Amino acid sequence: MKKTLNFIIISAITIAITACTKKNDPTPVYNPANLASLSVEFDNIVGDRTLTFNNTGSLYTNTAGEKFSISKLQYFISNIKVTSTSGNVYTVNQDSSYFLIKGQDKATRFAKVKVPEGDYAKVTFTIGVDSLRSTMDISKRTGALDPSGTMDDGMYWGWNSGYIFFKLEGNSDVISNDVNGDPTGKKQFKYHIGGFGGYSAPTINNIHTVTIDLTAGGIAKVRKDRQANVHLLVDLMKVFNGSNSFSIAAHPNVMFSEFSTKISANLKELFKHDHTEN
Amino acid sequence: MKKNIFWMVLATFTLFLLACKKETQIKEAVSGFLGFQKPAHFPEPVYKFANNKVTEGGFKLGRALFYEARLSRNNTVSCGSCHIQSSAFTQHGHEVSHGIDDRLGTRNSPPIMNLAWNKAFMWGGGVFDLDLQPIVPITAHEEMDETLENVMAKLRTVPKYPTMFKTAFGTEEITTARFMKALSQFMLMCVSANAKYDKVMRKEAGATFTADEAAGYALFKTKCASCHSEPLFTDNGFHNNGLAPSNIDDQGLYTATLIATDKYKFKAPSLRNLSYTAPYMHDGRFLTLNGVFEHYNSEVQATPNLDPLLQQNGKRGISLSTDDRAKLTAFLKTLDDTELITRQDLSEQ
Repeated sequence: MKKTLNFIIISAITIAITACTKKNDPTPVYNPANLASLSVEFDNIVGDRTLTFNNTGSLYTNTAGEKFSISKLQYFISNIKVTSTSGNVYTVNQDSSYFLIKGQDKATRFAKVKVPEGDYAKVTFTIGVDSLRSTMDISKRTGALDPSGTMDDGMYWGWNSGYIFFKLEGNSDVISNDVNGDPTGKKQFKYHIGGFGGYSAPTINNIHTVTIDLTAGGIAKVRKDRQANVHLLVDLMKVFNGSNSFSIAAHPNVMFSEFSTKISANLKELFKHDHTEN
Repeated sequence: MKKNIFWMVLATFTLFLLACKKETQIKEAVSGFLGFQKPAHFPEPVYKFANNKVTEGGFKLGRALFYEARLSRNNTVSCGSCHIQSSAFTQHGHEVSHGIDDRLGTRNSPPIMNLAWNKAFMWGGGVFDLDLQPIVPITAHEEMDETLENVMAKLRTVPKYPTMFKTAFGTEEITTARFMKALSQFMLMCVSANAKYDKVMRKEAGATFTADEAAGYALFKTKCASCHSEPLFTDNGFHNNGLAPSNIDDQGLYTATLIATDKYKFKAPSLRNLSYTAPYMHDGRFLTLNGVFEHYNSEVQATPNLDPLLQQNGKRGISLSTDDRAKLTAFLKTLDDTELITRQDLSEQ
């Protein structure tokens, strides 16, 4: 009898404590095996406006004063890593850490990963595909990394084996109709940024890693019973207006070239934490 | 109870016997196929066979895909169209490859041979793994002008392919990786190592060089072997051999690396099977071997990054007299491998 009573009392206390815990929401003990969902949302914007494709009726304007529309946007986000408020660093299993964000397909705007329950103050990710994966056996290149995409939507260079990390295309009247612009007269700009550093000799490396501090906008509280979402704004205007600002007229087509390193440096400045939904 | 144990033991033995039987049957079935065999006088291959063991099923699937015109947009061009076996898997007679809709490329189609020893692919590099190489011709506008996605979709509708993929890889699933690995398996089997030269080197019965061939071999060793090193007859490196830049100013390796010292460097091609692979150079500009000899003798240009071996003692090029050329030609003909260009197992079935 006494035993049963003891049990009931202990149970009651335990329930009470658990209930309290939920309310106060203390940080769970860090356990790399205790995984829960976290998503990072890549919300593409253009300066002060939302992203609209083929916005010929209402053009965007960069700091060079050039008016332009956007027709395509795709980029790889990979190798997600989180840092907890107490300094624990967790790297997501690499096989589950490659995401192709397609501007025209809203469903692709989330990078969904599993990380240990905890409170996170920093999110780190790579813009593009790391060099190790870029040189791996083809059987390790599935899902977003399958090089079978079409020429238009593809994110892979066959002739110079490697992924295109970031692809932005659009139109601007400032583009000339000659070989320095768009000889087809369509006034199209194309930025295809890639280059993982070379297989046997060092070549251009446009892989950049970005760390976002969540402290000001709200830390991510990752728990099994909810879905924490880190909402990032990705400002495409920074492609032109970042630290290495350039004019579309001067560089309407940038692919595998030295100038691509200037643009890829700008890409680091695209990502800004807006808020976190816990 | 005792009876039960007896039956269990019997059943286990039967299973073992069946298992053994199955294994012997499989062994018998593949006994005719030897897989990839490294010629005794060749170095260790570069290709990572650990990731893609050549099997009979994989090889046969690769062969079917190599000769499959569905790899091109309008189902007219296969790999075999520009890599013809009787021309040592080149497009003999075409200075640059002739692809879909009669479009012309910018480079001469290279032979498919001894690719297991290749460190880089394409005349100008850029591709570092044989498994990734077929993406280039399939998607190139002037070659097959198709997408890999569409190729996979087309193959899935052809009844023989799911079966062949199952034989090769265990299930009927058709994926990019399996497709590439099968093509690699076929191409890896295109080994050229049975020319007269090889027989002489292996000291096979009765194989000896004639006086001219031996003299040509000696000349080769002093004048050509630095870049065209034995036994593959290429050092697998990239060199600027002093060709005058073409109208399109193809800058070779530089395009893939953007390193200034790579400008105008192209891959040193193997000298094997030259009798079948004219025209020569990355853009097929020389129709005959004599054209090549004359280039090295008197036409080497002082373009950026000219290989130091071609400008020694204040003189550009390699002097080659008429007599030298005759002897070198005699030797180079000992590199012709009739087996490669006639082997039934490498032909379209």
